[in-house]
Amino acid sequence: MNKPLRRIAIFCGLLVLALLVRDNWLQYVQADNLAEHEMNRRVPIERYAQPRGDIIVDGKAVTGSKKVDGGDFKYKRTYKDGPMWSPVTGFASQRIGANQIESIEDGILTGKDDRLFFRRSLDMLTGKKKEGGNVVTTLNRDAQKAAYDGLKSKGKGAVAAIDPSTGAILALASTPSYDPSSFAGNFNKDAETFGKLDKDPDKPMLNRALRETYPPGSTFKVVTAAAAMEHGLYTDIDAKTRSPLPWTMPNTTTPLKNEGNIPCKNATLREALRVSCNTVFGKIGSDLGKDKMLETAEKFGFNEQQFVPVRSNASTFPKEMDRPQTALSSIGQFETATTPLQMAMVTSAIANDGTLMEPYMVKELQAPNLDVIEKHSPKEMSEPLSKENAQKLQDMMQTVVNEGTGTRAKIPGVTVGGKTGTAQHGLNNSKNPYAWFISYAKTDSGSPVAVAVVVEDSGASRDDISGGGLAAPIARDVMKAVLDSKK
Amino acid sequence: MSSSSNSHTSTIGAIGAPSRRNTELALLVFAVVIPLFAYMNVGLAISGELPPGMLGYGLGLGLLAGVAHLVVRKFAPYADPLLLPLATLLNGLGLVVIWRLDQSERLQQLGKASFGAYNAAAPKQLLYSAIGIALFVAVMMLLKDHRVLQRYTYISMIAAMGLLLLPLVPGLGKNIYGAKIWIQVGGFSIQPAEFAKIVIAVFFAGYLMVKRDALALASRRFMGLYLPRGRDLGPILAVWAMSILILVFETDLGTSLLFFGMFIVMLYVATERTSWIVFGLLMSAIGAVTVASFEPHVKVRVDAWLDPFSKEVINQTGTDQIAQSMMAFGSGGTLGTGLGQGNSDLIGFAANSDFILATYGEELGLAGVMAVLLIYGLIVERGVRTALAARDPFGKLLAVGLSGAFAIQVFVVAGGVMGLIPLTGMTMPFIAYGGSSVIANWALVGILLRISDTARRPAPSPAPNPDAEMTQVVRP
Repeated sequence: MNKPLRRIAIFCGLLVLALLVRDNWLQYVQADNLAEHEMNRRVPIERYAQPRGDIIVDGKAVTGSKKVDGGDFKYKRTYKDGPMWSPVTGFASQRIGANQIESIEDGILTGKDDRLFFRRSLDMLTGKKKEGGNVVTTLNRDAQKAAYDGLKSKGKGAVAAIDPSTGAILALASTPSYDPSSFAGNFNKDAETFGKLDKDPDKPMLNRALRETYPPGSTFKVVTAAAAMEHGLYTDIDAKTRSPLPWTMPNTTTPLKNEGNIPCKNATLREALRVSCNTVFGKIGSDLGKDKMLETAEKFGFNEQQFVPVRSNASTFPKEMDRPQTALSSIGQFETATTPLQMAMVTSAIANDGTLMEPYMVKELQAPNLDVIEKHSPKEMSEPLSKENAQKLQDMMQTVVNEGTGTRAKIPGVTVGGKTGTAQHGLNNSKNPYAWFISYAKTDSGSPVAVAVVVEDSGASRDDISGGGLAAPIARDVMKAVLDSKK
Repeated sequence: MSSSSNSHTSTIGAIGAPSRRNTELALLVFAVVIPLFAYMNVGLAISGELPPGMLGYGLGLGLLAGVAHLVVRKFAPYADPLLLPLATLLNGLGLVVIWRLDQSERLQQLGKASFGAYNAAAPKQLLYSAIGIALFVAVMMLLKDHRVLQRYTYISMIAAMGLLLLPLVPGLGKNIYGAKIWIQVGGFSIQPAEFAKIVIAVFFAGYLMVKRDALALASRRFMGLYLPRGRDLGPILAVWAMSILILVFETDLGTSLLFFGMFIVMLYVATERTSWIVFGLLMSAIGAVTVASFEPHVKVRVDAWLDPFSKEVINQTGTDQIAQSMMAFGSGGTLGTGLGQGNSDLIGFAANSDFILATYGEELGLAGVMAVLLIYGLIVERGVRTALAARDPFGKLLAVGLSGAFAIQVFVVAGGVMGLIPLTGMTMPFIAYGGSSVIANWALVGILLRISDTARRPAPSPAPNPDAEMTQVVRP
């Protein structure tokens, strides 16, 4: 009987071996997949097991953590001035999950990032509890407040402000907004609050500054002007252009109309931008053709998503179009659509003498003991126009503010350049147009701020909505806040 | 003839075999101290202080181990020295991990929500362990020779049948999470199958010892296999039918697999015919597939095994335990989180019984689980070694049956919890919470020790034989 006994012994050994192999498969080969599985509750448990690191603006945290009783999650996220900062921070909800910076920098905020590994190993030896690191943003507290307060008084809209010399985002506001504290917990009421916000027809959870694309209207004319100069169509901004009035779009019988009776016939570039001539810029686009327009637009960042590091939707400049469509696109109509961030980038490139810096809003990542783990260094993204042309364009935009449609953006003692826009939308332009304003301020040491404002106020009457009236004052306040904080 | 001249020719290998009782004692010290350290570890991890019950548990476990050791020393001095320490170690670690899960707020809340109160499991498990050791002691003291059990072959059969069918008796049986393998007596839930495992091994051993020649020799050769005669197929068909019945009526895949597997193992050892294994595998495959296709409970478990993370399957089964268990293993990684620091309690119900291995996985890591599995492997190996050493066929069959059943049970439970095979409603011997399991397995270890004692004991001097003189005369 001993031979079969030995075989049975081998069989039992194989059973144990199979278990050992399976165990290695689970706990070694598949370990990370299982540990990070979307159904694995340990991930959120760990995320909320200790006070989360903070998101910091101007040296002060805009977030916090609060101990909660009961449930799996020990600490809950809190936000100071949540609605104002939510386009920057995003949310970290125990029930819903996290997004934007809260999600992208989750590793640092929870303290499990690999770059903290060595420190964490030391802490483990000394018995110290795991802590989260901080995310320091580039934002400017006063500018953000000016942007948010200004937008709130006007209804819906968004603001993006950039430091042109570095690309650092100074303000990023969106209204209507939401308070991420209101659903940060893990109770049914948190889920209900989230559900309500999510279904709200006003879309308070939409980050309009990064994720909504609007027709840019006349503000896009600065891009067209840049293209005209860069491609050598016109070089002197004070020379007459070849612009008949009325001007019929090529291959059509439709004349392109101007808003009101404005002096656009053969107007100089400066004059055309000051009074916002559709005919002049439409013809420029049509004369340059879609390829040259597209080239300049893409150098400014169109047709590409931006990661700041939060994702921003790609703004659109159409790739396939005929000549009349090119003319319409060049005055910010047809399928041209941009995010407020994109228009701020355009403005910043002009203000920065032609160099576009990569936009970013995370300045540095800090370890729990405030050591710097990673520091962002400004990066050049492209050079959409030469320094010379950029300065010409600045000159034109300053005229717009000093004696054109953008006079309400004036700041005493400071050079300001800007451009208004009124973008029609809806079927047959039936809906109230969007009011745009883009501008920058300039001091002796260069330009500290470029800003794009869009207001979509459905309550205002059609006549009221113009970039100059609704959006320019907000842009002015944001620029003023940045200038004041530099003093 | 003098006895001294005869002693060296009587038995090979048993001359002055060392009893190894001191080895056992030394190992037992480790088997008590290791769980004690683990217990300390849990207390420090969870509340930052030494657990208050430490002295009590330590003394309790030490006392049980000591008593067991003394009884073995007295009544089975030549028994295998490894089995008792290994079983004690597993039992002790089991107590610690069960106590650790008692401290889980999540399980306490779950208990309150479902039953109105949470009853700590560790004190009860300590009591069950004490009863288990008492049964072990009883086996050691009362069962002087395992061959006595041979007399009870057919009584065992009836008893086993009775035990297996008990859960089907209305009013007595209890359906817990879909499997009807419990009976309710007073305040206690008993899993009769755990006891039936031993009783049925006795029956198989006795039956096969008698019938082995008929089963082995009277067969026809067909395609290289020795096919058994039709009438010899009777018993195997009966056991197969019983397994299927268990599967269908008690919806218990594990028990069914355990009995059939054990029978095949013993049949193979008794007859040395590979054809029986082929038959066995074929029949279990047929049975399993047939039942799985029409028995919803079994089918659900197979679905949950094939795709444990699918939302659909989780909704259908109403539980994500396998996914949770696998995630617990994965989250433990190579070295584990450390005792008391994991979240294996997310498994919820049965976290401290059927799924207890997942807690080892998460908190002791790959290293810990491999160690535990190897301890089980060692126990089985010692059991099979006992079978090899046993001098009588009944002892061989009983020892291999019990160790085989033990191995299959470990495989079926651990495999189920780790997602290797469909989950069944059985518990890891010694480490899982459950009175029947602990008590029955201590009895199992007792019987193995008894067989090994008989096997390793130096042969007694033969009684003076009146024929001996005459035999001598013949020699020139």
